[in-house]
Amino acid sequence: MTATAPPMVPTVPVAPPAARSRGRDIGWWGMVVVIATEGTIFLGLLSTYFFLRASAPRWPPAGIELPELPLISVFSVVLIASSIPIFWAEAGIRAGRQATLRIGLLISFIMGAAFLGHQAYEYSKLTFGWTDNAYGSIFFVTTGLHGLHVLVGLLMNLVVQAKAWSRKLSSDRHVSMQVFSLYWHFVDGVWVFVFASLYLSPHLR
Amino acid sequence: MATTDVRPEPLEAREELEEIWEDDPGVPGFFSTVDHKRIGKRYIYTCFIFFFVGGLIALVMRAQLAGPENTVLSAQAYNSLFTVHGTTMIFLFNTPVLAGFANYLLPMMIGTRDMAFPRLNAFSYWIFLFAGVFFYSSFLIGSPPDGGWFAYTPLTTKPFSPGVNMEFWGLGVAFVGISTTVGAVNFIVTTFKLRAPGMSLNRLPIFVWSMLVFSFMVIFAVPAVTLAAGLLELDRLFGTAFFAPGAGGSTLLYQHLFWFWGHPEVYILFVPATGMISAIIPVFARRPLAGYLWVAASLVAIGFMSFGVWVHHMFATGMPALALSFFAAVSLLIAIPSGVQFFAWIATMWQGRVRFSTPMLFALGFLLVFLLGGITGVMVAVLPFDWQATDSYFIVAHLHYVLNGAVVFPIFAALYFWLPKITGRMLGERLGRASFWTMFIGFNLAFFPMHILGFLGMPRRVYTYSSGLGWDSLNLLVSVGAFAFAFGVLLTLINFAVSMRRGALAPDNPWGADTLEWATSSPPPDFNFEAVPVVASRHPLWDQQPLPVAVSGDDDATRALGVPGAREHTTPVTGGLRAAPEATMHIPEPTVLPCILAAGLAVFVTGLLVQAVVVGVAGLVLGGLGLVWWAWRTGEQ
Repeated sequence: MTATAPPMVPTVPVAPPAARSRGRDIGWWGMVVVIATEGTIFLGLLSTYFFLRASAPRWPPAGIELPELPLISVFSVVLIASSIPIFWAEAGIRAGRQATLRIGLLISFIMGAAFLGHQAYEYSKLTFGWTDNAYGSIFFVTTGLHGLHVLVGLLMNLVVQAKAWSRKLSSDRHVSMQVFSLYWHFVDGVWVFVFASLYLSPHLR
Repeated sequence: MATTDVRPEPLEAREELEEIWEDDPGVPGFFSTVDHKRIGKRYIYTCFIFFFVGGLIALVMRAQLAGPENTVLSAQAYNSLFTVHGTTMIFLFNTPVLAGFANYLLPMMIGTRDMAFPRLNAFSYWIFLFAGVFFYSSFLIGSPPDGGWFAYTPLTTKPFSPGVNMEFWGLGVAFVGISTTVGAVNFIVTTFKLRAPGMSLNRLPIFVWSMLVFSFMVIFAVPAVTLAAGLLELDRLFGTAFFAPGAGGSTLLYQHLFWFWGHPEVYILFVPATGMISAIIPVFARRPLAGYLWVAASLVAIGFMSFGVWVHHMFATGMPALALSFFAAVSLLIAIPSGVQFFAWIATMWQGRVRFSTPMLFALGFLLVFLLGGITGVMVAVLPFDWQATDSYFIVAHLHYVLNGAVVFPIFAALYFWLPKITGRMLGERLGRASFWTMFIGFNLAFFPMHILGFLGMPRRVYTYSSGLGWDSLNLLVSVGAFAFAFGVLLTLINFAVSMRRGALAPDNPWGADTLEWATSSPPPDFNFEAVPVVASRHPLWDQQPLPVAVSGDDDATRALGVPGAREHTTPVTGGLRAAPEATMHIPEPTVLPCILAAGLAVFVTGLLVQAVVVGVAGLVLGGLGLVWWAWRTGEQ
């Protein structure tokens, strides 16, 4: 760029889009791709589970007491249902209702925390450890990694709540809520597969 | 589209823009930059340091193998060196250097001012750097990894590999995977959401297409190697039983996890390399790439098929014949899309008037070595042949023709082609040619005889061999070739040093190329484009002279297109197949957050290595705080 007299540059007016065609925020798309790769990790773990199971003569291995079903079933419903207040909260902030946003986030947080609390309780009751055999290893690593995702989700929830309380979110600016809600639905959705594979499938023979 | 001629803003505007966009000076600016060009440059330079180290290691190994029963290296030292050599070249050179070039070039190729997530971009570099330093710190305590670059179990489980050697491998590989994945997320969203107005998908430069395919492969393949390395480390550090057959684990499981990443990885490297070739050949043939749509479709096809070939690394593990046949068939089929690209390049040159400048020489050298590597690839896809050749030097020859020949030659072509844009100075043609011919002859001298050595029965991963097996003279030839290849690389290094001191100043578009990165100055200003160009062709700089730029409107969607957008530190977001303007994205100010978060993770990984809970927790707290702070400051601007 040494030109002293700038050359003539043709310029093109670009028409603005129609009002309703405003796309999703960049951050939302980023989360979609992150979920794709995170989902692949869980797919890998569940494949590992079935691979180990297929190569074992007996499943679960001798001496393993399968985890109790009733309580975890209840808390699975709690976790999956915790997506509902998130839908509600997101619809709320889209309409500019701050209170709905805060209450929805809080309810979902309590439900997620209850699930995580139950998981800790269940771990303390299980009769096998993660070093006992391959079953124990894959059980604890899969549920543990999912628990870690719930924990991260709860932290994200807190950040969004803090933003909501300090009035940083509005009806047309609430990307953090959109990104968090996508992530939370993912964490809930993955649990369906983890639960079906690790808790239910050993009972099918 | 109506175009009107107007004068751009006067030059004072440019100075003002430079002030808005420049990094903080000095050390703080070094750690806080989020400029994709600075990060891309760092990637490229850091990768080349790893390339030189990995290359020197290879030379030491070739010195050991130059004659029978040499004593340059002990068996243990040799084990470590081949492990470190392979790991370095795959994880610390090939993959990240391609990401580095894309980091620098991709935003400019699509006519935008930065990546979609500039801070994540910086984060990705810091992770890569820390992972590399972590891996090499194993030499400081005298226990570099020694279980081979793919770290097969049971050899690498704790009972058979005591010591912390393999911890550096397992933790390092899982760690560097974060960097690759984050980079891929960034490339995908950048390509879909930040293209200049009018750059529809069928006008994307082929290199951008190749990075898109690269990124999707990374997204779905890297989790597998993260699992392989992660579960291996859980076994080693905490005593889980994933790969312990005695407790119901499976060693074959490790191979599946590893190669589910490992074979797409070959294409993760190869696809962007061909993307570079598809950018370079048309420029020097002075005509558009023949069969653009076919080439783009081939890249996508390779991306899909690459997930159906991993078992061909496991042909000798005794799996059911049906499974083997399926994977052998896909391994043969994947030669077709690669062949389509090959013919597109030949057709382009055939119909053009070829200039034989250095980048073109490297591209032609690539064609020849890739042809050989591709043919041996088809050979080893055939089951009975593979059973004969597996674990012999034939495989070493094949994989170096593909990973060194078909990836490193394009990278050198790219260096000679794009460095003038990056540094603002041309590289010397004479030294460039000398470097090419030395590298090309050295390469074939080093790796072609390995095919024959394989047929003569020389197994891979041996630290020495006895005389009288008929391997002596061929091995000497290989070693001479390796040193010649290294000398050729050295010539390019000298060329670079000379060019930085007194190379000719590079014009905006020294090669007469067609894509948008050549529309800005060399080196480009911090904001890339004052006003974003409007694209109406696949070859904007050939078909749209002078290149039209967009004017901003008052609305949120088009505000960032023109100079006011650059003044506001924003870039336009576009969407849909036609890349119509949608919104305005604020580009974050420089910040040290990414570096802090990466450092937190590095401390955590170190805590796992030394098995100190305090260190691990400290790392998690540091990383966690960084993440929360980051999330707090992100989103609603």
